Amino acid sequence: MKNIRVIPRLDVKGPNLVKGVHLEGLRVLGKPEDFAQRYYEQGADELIYLDVVASLYGRENLLEIVRRAAGHIFIPLTAGGGLRTIDDIRSLLRAGADKVAINTAATRNPRLISEAARAFGSQCIIVSIAAKYRDNGRYEALTDNGREKSGRDVFEWAREAVELGAGELLVTSIDREGTGRGYDLELVRKIAESVPVPVIACGGAGRPEHLLEVVREGQADAVAAASIFHYHRLQALQSMDKFKDEGNIEFLRQSRGTTQYMTGRMQPSDIPAVKSFLQASGVSCRSIAPAADGQGEYVRQQADSDH
Amino acid sequence: MSDNKQTAIIDYGLGNLFSIQRVVSHLGGIPLVTSDPSEINAAARLILPGVGAFGDGMEKLKSLGLVGPVKDYVRSGRPLLGICLGMQLLMSLSEEFGLHEGLDLVPGRVKRLPDPGANGPAYKIPHIGWSHLEPPHQSSWKGTIFEGIETGVFVYFVHSYVVAPDSPQPVLAETEYGGIKFCAALRQGNLFGCQFHPEVSGEVGLHILRNYLNNF
Repeated sequence: MKNIRVIPRLDVKGPNLVKGVHLEGLRVLGKPEDFAQRYYEQGADELIYLDVVASLYGRENLLEIVRRAAGHIFIPLTAGGGLRTIDDIRSLLRAGADKVAINTAATRNPRLISEAARAFGSQCIIVSIAAKYRDNGRYEALTDNGREKSGRDVFEWAREAVELGAGELLVTSIDREGTGRGYDLELVRKIAESVPVPVIACGGAGRPEHLLEVVREGQADAVAAASIFHYHRLQALQSMDKFKDEGNIEFLRQSRGTTQYMTGRMQPSDIPAVKSFLQASGVSCRSIAPAADGQGEYVRQQADSDH
Repeated sequence: MSDNKQTAIIDYGLGNLFSIQRVVSHLGGIPLVTSDPSEINAAARLILPGVGAFGDGMEKLKSLGLVGPVKDYVRSGRPLLGICLGMQLLMSLSEEFGLHEGLDLVPGRVKRLPDPGANGPAYKIPHIGWSHLEPPHQSSWKGTIFEGIETGVFVYFVHSYVVAPDSPQPVLAETEYGGIKFCAALRQGNLFGCQFHPEVSGEVGLHILRNYLNNF
């Protein structure tokens, strides 16, 4: 049996959780720690933090966000954005990341992958591939958070990255990212079938069905998603009338702009709902039994053994 | 907490020790990351972490002069928890990249997870992700690091090799991946091993580590 991992992806800019469409038009949603803590309690299998600024400032900021999360979130944390050197990777691991995601620096200097894998183990090196559809079934790997071309064919680059020592691949479709139209199944499947390591699919999840599709048809080993979870969390915050403190959701109330959420394409869902849907559809994944307080506890008689 | 003494996390140059160190602190323990034999000998309990290749791990333990001190510590009946490669190193022998001798504290071998056949089920090696824990037939977790844990809970694995003890006796928990059932945890007196990573296995993992720090 293979258990599919469900992984919220948190894009951060400065101290804020942000979300865009095609990695552009970023909007502030709130404080990343509030979202992350809730996702952990609800049974997220891992968390991915990506700093979209990818600058020197961004790295320091990412370190601080990871440091705060690592103090009370005890599932694998992946962090990336702007990592250039072995020292950058070491700093993030020291701050509390369990894995790092590298993209831009790896495409410019592929040896960074092998050096990092040798220094820290392949298991903590994720190569992040942002794929832009070109023509005739070809995709180009983009860098710098989708802003720059690398000239590399995505499928060749995926195989090369794994040969160099990548322990996992995070495959994001730029074309689908933030649209809620579903994952690029063909892209994910072609990569998942061509490499021996796990592939984390990303970009396009708007409804629970999309996660199921990318597992079944895309052969993904893990599914990362942002909007579907973030928007559900925002709705909850809105209903608690806390959103003024938590973030700017004005755009969610207005049915204009590029936010498809209001058009009905998206079905924001929380992690338990997505996992229940996957399980009911025959996909295995980890579940945590909810405790009476709804906070996601698991241990029988914990009260007895602790008090 | 049974005592307030140090938990030595053995640093032999492989992998990321920060997570385990942080979790020990979070649970009220006093972690000491060390490769000093005298500090290891003075600790209340040991954690042998590690990721990477078995042969490299043994070479590094040898070059740091830690093989004797770690074996003496365990043979004196004091507690050690091996995690991932740290559990595999407890075995007699590994088949990873040729045959390598291990610490030989638990009789048995380390073997590769069988590759899925071309027409077999779609699963990848390494096994990265969450799998469930169950006790082997008719055994109980009472008095072990799993006391208070529900059968079937999920923990986080990252590995390509598994341990196969010669006798079923030390098998504390089993799991299954890709149709293969294997040993997920070991227990032999005060010696424990987890193939999974309790430090990133959510509240279940914290409970296991809390048991180890408090009761051993």
